[in-house]
Amino acid sequence: MNIYVLLKRTFDTEEKISISNGKIEDEGAEYIINPYDEYAVEEAINLKDAHGGEVTVVTVGDEEAEKQLRTALAMGADKSVLINTEDDLEEGDQYTTVRILEAYFKENEPDIILAGNVAIDEASGQVGPRLAERLDIPFVTTITDISIDGETVNIERDVEGDVEKVETTLPLLVTCQQGLNEPRYPSLPGIMKAKKKPLEEIEIDDLDLEEDDVEAKTKTLEIFLPPEKQAGKIIEGEPDEQVKELVSLLKNESKVL
Amino acid sequence: MSKNILVIAEAKEGELRNVSFEAIALGKTLSEGGEVVATICGEGDLNSMAEELIKYGADRAVTVANAELKTYTPEGFTQAYKAVIDQESPDGIVMGHTSIGKDVTPKLASQLETGLISDVTEVEEGDDGFVFTRPIYSGKAFEKKVVTEGITFVTIRPNNIAALEKDDSRSGDVSSLDVDVQNIRTIIKEVIRKTSEGVDLSEAKVIVAGGRAVKGPEGFEPLQELADELGGAVGASRAACDAGYCDYSLQIGQTGKVVTPDLYIACGISGAIQHLAGMSNSKVIVAINKDPESNIFSIADYGLVGDIFEIVPKLTEEIRNMKVNA
Repeated sequence: MNIYVLLKRTFDTEEKISISNGKIEDEGAEYIINPYDEYAVEEAINLKDAHGGEVTVVTVGDEEAEKQLRTALAMGADKSVLINTEDDLEEGDQYTTVRILEAYFKENEPDIILAGNVAIDEASGQVGPRLAERLDIPFVTTITDISIDGETVNIERDVEGDVEKVETTLPLLVTCQQGLNEPRYPSLPGIMKAKKKPLEEIEIDDLDLEEDDVEAKTKTLEIFLPPEKQAGKIIEGEPDEQVKELVSLLKNESKVL
Repeated sequence: MSKNILVIAEAKEGELRNVSFEAIALGKTLSEGGEVVATICGEGDLNSMAEELIKYGADRAVTVANAELKTYTPEGFTQAYKAVIDQESPDGIVMGHTSIGKDVTPKLASQLETGLISDVTEVEEGDDGFVFTRPIYSGKAFEKKVVTEGITFVTIRPNNIAALEKDDSRSGDVSSLDVDVQNIRTIIKEVIRKTSEGVDLSEAKVIVAGGRAVKGPEGFEPLQELADELGGAVGASRAACDAGYCDYSLQIGQTGKVVTPDLYIACGISGAIQHLAGMSNSKVIVAINKDPESNIFSIADYGLVGDIFEIVPKLTEEIRNMKVNA
């Protein structure tokens, strides 16, 4: 089976965010594989173990993303591809990313593409469904279980807390939700092996794309931090008194009751 | 210049979702005096829902009824919405950033070859059209975005843009559109309800959330009682989910759901950055925790140092009494 994973390099979830020169300050910040994409890598490896084939991890970004690709290889992916847009693109949006991925996948024949259901930085959740549409394959988002039998795929997905059981067919794109699996940590032998696994780097020229083909449809004007929340009032006393005062404050001061 | 805006409305268990009314309110702003058309897709008689959409501010409504649209599928609903878009040729489209909204709008935008600004919490008028604010990094920061080419297509986060007041005297044209829905490649076999009471976390006005200090699945019972009393939903921190006290579907945080209720009651939650990212934009935050040094108190409007098992049931009781006396 030809298994592909879409991966994004993101800030660590525990990082505090600050802004300098209108951009998110990334000096000294820890970067990780987007946590939802980690589920995708793990599931891809599980699918390979069950059905055979090869796992290829693909990212659109710059060479800094090599580290995250190596991590995915150390987890057990076979190959990785960096579509490096650093020299060609100033700013892109989801339309841009998907045009690039579409061009890449037109030259490859995926049986299944796994992605995270959302990236924790920009959090648009658009790339998976948009790409499936361009490739004219079905997609299922926020999956928490998947089993493949021949061409038939049975999936459980999270729908705002409820579970939906879905049947569909390959080729297919899925986006992964928490609860799908427990991503493994790369083992030491895994890390050693990853160093010798292929990491292919291509640019949009190689995909026969011009800058104009992938021009964004939306633009970010400004990034800002929310006003800092001030610590509020500590309500003292015995539990009975605390509760009475809280209810009174919620009712009369903040008027939420 | 006035514009025509299409609002894609959504129903859950036969009821229109509140976020659809909020989408109409945004549609009204974006239309600048133009026409706001709402559409609702499903099966059976959709007229009463269409009329309700008009009472909430839509000028007109288009229904698409088809047995294939009984439950949501990406293909089925995309075909229905695409047919409405082709008929109406809107300058802008607004939908809720719900489970269905998140699933269907990227597919539609991809088909229409347009941009999509998702999860919008605010809109303002800029020099070159409307500027949309949306949270990034799970609400640790925000970005302002504009559309540079093509139609304006946005989804809105529930609970952030106020719906217009319902006006029972409003009326407008309701038309139906026949769509031949075909080639559905994902078949919904079954839906297993896990959420109780039908209050959805992302749309809940009140959330009572539990952390590791709930100590076990049964520890969530008093929290559920409080949530029921307040007409809210129960959520959890990652620590509580990881410990197996509750389902991951309840998790609020950077990985998990990001919520903005009017009232968030954090019970025995320490306040890790990962959790704060999912709830710090709530309008009023109450924290109940044994540890006075707990980080959650740094962002709480009201903090109660104490045992959740003692305080939460008393709080439920007090609110019940308040309602009886009201």
